[in-house]
Amino acid sequence: MSLWIWLLVACLLGYLWKLAGYFVPASLLKNPRMSRIAGTMTIGLLASLTIVNTVASGQSVTLDARVGALAAAAIALWLRAPFLVVVLAGAGAAAGLRLMGWN
Amino acid sequence: MTLLKSPAVRVGISISIATGLYGISFGALSVSSGLDFFQTMALSLLLFSGGSQFAFIGVVAGGGTGIAAMSAATLLGMRNGIYGMQLNALLRPSGWRKYVAAHITIDESTATSTGQTDPGEQQRGFWTAGIGIYVLWNIFTAVGALAGSALGDPKQWGLDGAAVAAFLGLLWPRLKGREPVAIAAVCALATVLTVPLVPSGVPILIAAVVAAAIGWFSHGRSDEGMEPDVDPYAERHHHHIHSHPRHEATAPRHQAAPEEGMR
Repeated sequence: MSLWIWLLVACLLGYLWKLAGYFVPASLLKNPRMSRIAGTMTIGLLASLTIVNTVASGQSVTLDARVGALAAAAIALWLRAPFLVVVLAGAGAAAGLRLMGWN
Repeated sequence: MTLLKSPAVRVGISISIATGLYGISFGALSVSSGLDFFQTMALSLLLFSGGSQFAFIGVVAGGGTGIAAMSAATLLGMRNGIYGMQLNALLRPSGWRKYVAAHITIDESTATSTGQTDPGEQQRGFWTAGIGIYVLWNIFTAVGALAGSALGDPKQWGLDGAAVAAFLGLLWPRLKGREPVAIAAVCALATVLTVPLVPSGVPILIAAVVAAAIGWFSHGRSDEGMEPDVDPYAERHHHHIHSHPRHEATAPRHQAAPEEGMR
């Protein structure tokens, strides 16, 4: 139940961010620091989410089939594959490595 | 018929299909991370921002709390506020349209609109991409969620690997140049170092603070990291190998980036 509450809070705050953009004075847009932080934070969060999903198991760091998924996704992206193909490559690599007995 | 002759509408439709389709992966990953069908749909209908949605389920999948998931999703949504400012200056929606426009203000609708130069085309691009992606993203989220619940053991199908790939896929288009790569590396390192020390989900927030500090104290492009996951104008960019592709599609951001010459 409490997950529902935080989920709805996230939805509300997400909408408020978007809406705020339409109501703040345009002069704020001239401040490059605001949009720079939004940008660097986007990069940092996505990098962190990538690595957490690759190596974290609860509070320990482990190397398992997900590392193969990361490598497969990187190769697919480097070959300019579309997003859905990248995701399938990651799933395929993890599933395949497990079939071969690596976690 | 005449509407289909508009280049912005055509770009908007193709970006809607490309982006909408990967709603399948969100739906499937969301249910495998422990959310139910209705929670998954609530995220796509109400939060409607791919990065934030993946962040929310990514934290939950890793055993993080609801607060940590909410915080990661909210921090990742900050850039939509910047897009809102740009679009408000560009499209000047009035009355109720402002509230609708806000909801469909995401990476792709912004990029489709700012990539056009004619004001009418900017309007058509934004609304076509925004509404098109909203409809298709939600339909395909439902498809993915239903398929995901039917799959059984998510690990056997490599769905945890799919999540890794999805996040890398979201990050990749933003890694243009040396600086964003350095930011990503520092934040990844901060994450790995703090995973054993703090509760699940918190390392992601620490990385966000590190990234914000880098943004605050350093001086680089002000549109760093503000690239759409699926670039509406990717085709056109192939003809401009040495110019910076994103810059053509984001002309309004130019004025705010005095240090551009550095790159």
